[in-house]
Parts: sequence; structure tokens; C-alpha cells
Amino acid sequence: MILATLCVVRYSAAQDTPLLSGGVGFFTSTPGGSTSYSPTIEPLLAAPIGNHFLVESRAVLSESFSPIGGGQPGYDHSHFIALTYLQGDYIATPHLTVVGGSFLTPFGTYNERLSPIWIGNFQDGPLITGLGAMGTGTGLGGELRGSAISRRKYSIDYVGYFSTRSGNEQFNSERSAGGRVSLYLPEIRLEVGASYGRLLQGTQENFYGTHVWWEPKGTAFRLRSEFAKGQHADGYWIEADYRTQAFGGLDSWIGRIEPVFRMQQTFRLDNIASDTLPAVNTQRADFGLDYNLPHNTRILTSYSRRFSSAGNENIWETGIVYRFLFPAWKGK
Amino acid sequence: MASKQVLGTALGIGGLLVALVAAVQAQTTPAQQPSAHTTSKPQSGAQQAGQSSNDGERIFAQNCSRCHNAPEGFSPRISGTVVRHMRVRAQLSQRDAEELLRFFNP
Repeated sequence: MILATLCVVRYSAAQDTPLLSGGVGFFTSTPGGSTSYSPTIEPLLAAPIGNHFLVESRAVLSESFSPIGGGQPGYDHSHFIALTYLQGDYIATPHLTVVGGSFLTPFGTYNERLSPIWIGNFQDGPLITGLGAMGTGTGLGGELRGSAISRRKYSIDYVGYFSTRSGNEQFNSERSAGGRVSLYLPEIRLEVGASYGRLLQGTQENFYGTHVWWEPKGTAFRLRSEFAKGQHADGYWIEADYRTQAFGGLDSWIGRIEPVFRMQQTFRLDNIASDTLPAVNTQRADFGLDYNLPHNTRILTSYSRRFSSAGNENIWETGIVYRFLFPAWKGK
Repeated sequence: MASKQVLGTALGIGGLLVALVAAVQAQTTPAQQPSAHTTSKPQSGAQQAGQSSNDGERIFAQNCSRCHNAPEGFSPRISGTVVRHMRVRAQLSQRDAEELLRFFNP
């Protein structure tokens, strides 16, 4: 219905044709010797209306084939189709955008920035992703966000949100509020930020988070990290990836190789598991080797070793992802 | 292998990565900018135009390619939509969004 509504809108500027973007991927995951296969499509629609509005939505369509187990041969399969978010953005002033609808919870950096399948360096998200995400990783309500200050030497951006409780299948959310502030220093390519979230239902828990991102100027090295603390658990992740420019640039066959490394730990503070973190203290090291093919395609491979008192585990993962980006329909 | 050994190994590899970057950075040429638009930029001698293009490139590198690889070109018909989406998602200032749009449509 929304799409139909948008279809009747006339777009004054030729550059403002609605777009379809997202990723198509095929992933395999082998934790503890049992391989699952998962073809996934993650489309995103962004449609501007007039000069100040934008409607955007992301969905996920996934099929999972997993061994039946229990000594039985064959595979079982399940499918998953859901809207990840559906939001309307109103650019009110140069420093303020008002967002309404179902939006990604702005806590830390992973959920908003790195969760699309065509962006993430690893198939799996960090273990602490559940902290501050308020259950589903999406809120239903409103956000105020924007760039508070933007100078050549520094910039500060902010986001604050309030979400109501919703049991709707597509827009499931918890009553919560929170926000994030980030300081970015362009000259040294360093970003530091802090997040806060409060669950306003049930036990009313607080969540705190910090993040540090650094990309040394003139290199294709990226260091990203996050720490998050909840009422019952905390943890961190540090991820580094690198592409060399020394042998013909980033588009040479060597420059397309991207070694990736991530270290993460979670700590259980008590036995009340109201989040998605492991029930016991866990350490995990991920070693990845990605290859950036031409035509917006990436191959992701990784080996991970997970340590915990519940048992150690090897996790092998592979995947291929194609990122698409084109006009939603023929424009002028 | 004990978990402490893995942690030590992991941190060691991280340290090596940082050292490797530092070494490469010392001898590297300026970063190659991803091609984000469908047409090559016009050769212009105008100082102002050059400055604007540089600003757009800088803004692209600082705000877009920090998170993801640049697409290998896209239709100019969606460049305004891309910028508006990035303005919300990456919390760009109005000026940065304008420079980015100019970079996409030189």
C-alpha cells in the first residue's frame, strides 16, 4: 500500500527517483561440524517525497537448511520473512531530522551501520549486539537525530529516541528510550561515541555503551570496537580489516583481498539472562579472509574459535554477497 | 589450546596488523578513492570546482566508505536519493550532503 501511495507521487527532481538497494547472499555456517545453508535477500527501499521527506524500509527474506540431527539423515528447512524497519524521515532543519515509525535501535554502531549483509565483514554479528538493542533491535516510535556541529576539524552527531511497546508481528518492540552521541575527528579519522538506553518496562534496565572507530588516513585499514554494559552482562568486540594499496591499488587482485580479525568477550554478571548474550562467560576469536570481487560482490570466509565453560567450538563460515543499487522504476 | 593462549595470539595478530599498517602507511601513496559515480569527472581548471570536488571526495571517504565499499557506479537518477538516505543514516550536515551530491553529479 505504501509503495502504491508512493507511486502516485510526482518527483520534481530527476535525481530523486526512489531506489532499491540491498544484498543477496548465500551463506554456509558450520558450528561444531554441522553445516547449515542460508540463501538470503535483504532489500532496501528509499523513496524521497518532496524536498524534506524520505520513506525507507528494509526487509529480510531468508531460507535456512539445517541437518535434521539425532542420527537422522537429511535436512530440515525453515524460512523467515520480516520487515527490519519501516520509517519516515523529515529533514526539519540543517541540524535536525525527525524520524517516525519502526527504526533500528540507535545503540552502539553495529545495528545501524554494519548489520546489512552486504556491509558486514563477518557473517555473524558480535555477541554483544543484544545489549541495548531492546530485544528486537528495532524501536517503534520516534527519533530526533542529526549533525549538531560539523567543522573541518571535528563534528558531533546525535540521536535520541523513544519507543513504545508493540506486540505486532512485524513491528515488535519494547518500551524504551535512549540515544547516542559521537565525536568525529576527520584529520586523524577517529570517532568516539557513547550510547545509553533504558528499558522502560519490566525490570527497567539500563544499558551503557561506548565505541571507538579509527581509520588511519591514506590507508584502507579500519579498526572498530565497541563496549556495552547491561544489567546482567557486559562485553566488547574489536575488529580490524585491511586492504593493501601497495600492489596496484585497491582494485588490483591483491588489493581486493581483505584480511579481517575480530576479538570479542562477554561476561555474565549474574544468572538472570534477560538478554541474548551467552549464559556463561565466553571468548571468541574470528579470523576472516574476504575477497572484494568486481561488480559489488564479496566473498566472506572465516574461522572462529569460541571458548566457554559450556564447551569450546569451531565455527567455519563462508558466503558470497552481491550488493545491488538501482532506481526502483524508470524515471524521467 | 587454552583460551589465554588464543587471547594472546589474537592480540599479537592485532598488534602485527597495526604495525603492518604503520609500515605501509609510511610508504603509501594517497588512498585510492572509490568510484562512486557513473561518469568521469570533467577536467576543469576552475579552482572553485576543484575545491568542491575535493570536499565531496573527502566527505565521501569520511562518512560513506568508513562503513562500506563504494558501489561501482549507479544511475544519476538516484544520486539525490542516495544522498538523502546517507544524510539520515550517517547524520550528515546539510553542507556535507550538498557537497556529496555535487561529487556524485560534477
